[in-house]
Amino acid sequence: MQLTLVHTRYQLLETVRIPIAVVGSAFFPAAAMLFFVVPFAGKDAVGATYATASMVTFAVMSANIFQYGIGVAEDRAQPWDPYTRTLPAGPGPRLAGRVLAGLVLTYLSLIPVVVIGATLTAAQITPMAFLLAIGTVAVVSVPFTLMGLAIGYSLPSKAAIVVAQIIFFPLAFGGGLLSAPDEAPGFIEVVAPYLPTRGAVELMWATVGDYPARPLPLIMLGVWVVALAMLAVWAYRRDEGRRFS
Amino acid sequence: MILARADQVSRRYGDVLALDRVDLTVRAGEMVGLLGPNGAGKSTLMNLIVGLRRPTSGRVELFGGDPRDPAPRRQLGMTPQETGLPGTLRVGEVVDFAAAHYADPVPRDELLDRFGLTDQVRRQTGGLSGGQRRRLAVALAFVGRPRLVLLDEPTSGLDVEARRTLWDAIRAFHAEGGTVLLSSHYLEEVEALASRVVVIGHGRVLADDSVDAVRSVVGVRRVSFVADDLPALPGVVRSELIDGRNHLLTTDADQLVRDLVTAGVGFTDLEVRPTSLEEAFLAITAEEPPSGDTRGARPGDGPVTVGSRPAGDDDEPTTAASGGRPATA
Repeated sequence: MQLTLVHTRYQLLETVRIPIAVVGSAFFPAAAMLFFVVPFAGKDAVGATYATASMVTFAVMSANIFQYGIGVAEDRAQPWDPYTRTLPAGPGPRLAGRVLAGLVLTYLSLIPVVVIGATLTAAQITPMAFLLAIGTVAVVSVPFTLMGLAIGYSLPSKAAIVVAQIIFFPLAFGGGLLSAPDEAPGFIEVVAPYLPTRGAVELMWATVGDYPARPLPLIMLGVWVVALAMLAVWAYRRDEGRRFS
Repeated sequence: MILARADQVSRRYGDVLALDRVDLTVRAGEMVGLLGPNGAGKSTLMNLIVGLRRPTSGRVELFGGDPRDPAPRRQLGMTPQETGLPGTLRVGEVVDFAAAHYADPVPRDELLDRFGLTDQVRRQTGGLSGGQRRRLAVALAFVGRPRLVLLDEPTSGLDVEARRTLWDAIRAFHAEGGTVLLSSHYLEEVEALASRVVVIGHGRVLADDSVDAVRSVVGVRRVSFVADDLPALPGVVRSELIDGRNHLLTTDADQLVRDLVTAGVGFTDLEVRPTSLEEAFLAITAEEPPSGDTRGARPGDGPVTVGSRPAGDDDEPTTAASGGRPATA
């Protein structure tokens, strides 16, 4: 456990030393807040709250897909990674440390969105709901963490960057993150329930307001978690087999 | 006390047989040099001993356990490739990180002082010179007060001064009872540090003995002289002309000199010298058959055990050198 914290600390140190990496995952959702949410939904308390929750989900998704997808793929290419495996600890603390550090960075990347939501829009949230939302963020991180790990462990870093970029935009649009609840264009309403982003954002909406989350997106979110977990485990094992067996 | 052991270990990567039934035993207090050209299987053997990889067949033991379990690795020190240091972390942080894995690590300042890195403690590793990075990489192997240290090419590419610093640190560790297994294709390094040398070529152990014994069993001497005209001579392993001097490598210097005289070569400034380990090692590996045609037929044979065979008593040294093929076979 203590080693996990040591690995967490050094993962964070490595990331924080290149601050632009942190800024990157916070930038898109913050910019979307400023350009789309503030001018169009900013005055309406309910709409602004949902829109902020959407952007939070967006930030969670992009932070996780990018930091794991690219971070893991880059680390795999470094000789430092095999060296850490000769230290008297299994691969467990390193992986656990990576996930903990990832969660911390995810929360960091949410700060601009939340600050903009609180100061420049009419978005409102009770303290209780805010605390709940912090927990929901951790839950919602799961599928995207797994997706990032699957990408990072199965692809070289150059391919991982491209795949992460290709994946994250359709997921954001298709899941309806960039439209108000149930006001997305028709084809998105059809596709959305089957994407992990939809279940995630409905959970967020239900946490911050009284949005009735529907069963289909939540079931599909569960299916995605299981499928992505299997994919991530497969990619991790394959990588272990290639490099360490 | 045996710290690390490989028992009939083979390792295959797809079609390539990187290690072929290798035996190696490292005992407490030894300083063993693992010598071989690139691709000989040195790094593969080291990766098996530290548990990064699994043997295809055979058995590897580290402190009596499986090196893939973390517990036996508590008494092991390994060095990362210097290019692998995380560039954004400071020198002190990298040391602290490795130290966090051990119960009783060497204090950071003491370790950095030993490797001449005290002034770099706040520098990011990405900003270090090549020599500083290498010293840090080697220092990490010693942070956990290990009983056994594995150093893979510890000083390749370093300038003389940086190499001396590292050699001194490695010698000091050994003098205090530490055990070292180091690989190198710097033959000077193996000669300078190790008392025992294991020569690896084509995935097999070709020789395993003292540095002197390996050199003498190969029995290659360098005969050099100045001469205008040189006829073809028997028993010459290799010949070169450097700055007007002929250098002939031979397994029988006495006979070569007799042949020179008999052939009426008007040589001057004759010198007969023992070869460097590098030359010995080139002779050994050159004798290894390029294909595996003779390997399968000799399942039980081991490496050359030089000590049991007095040097000079060996009228066909190249036979012994080629991996212990019996002269009578």
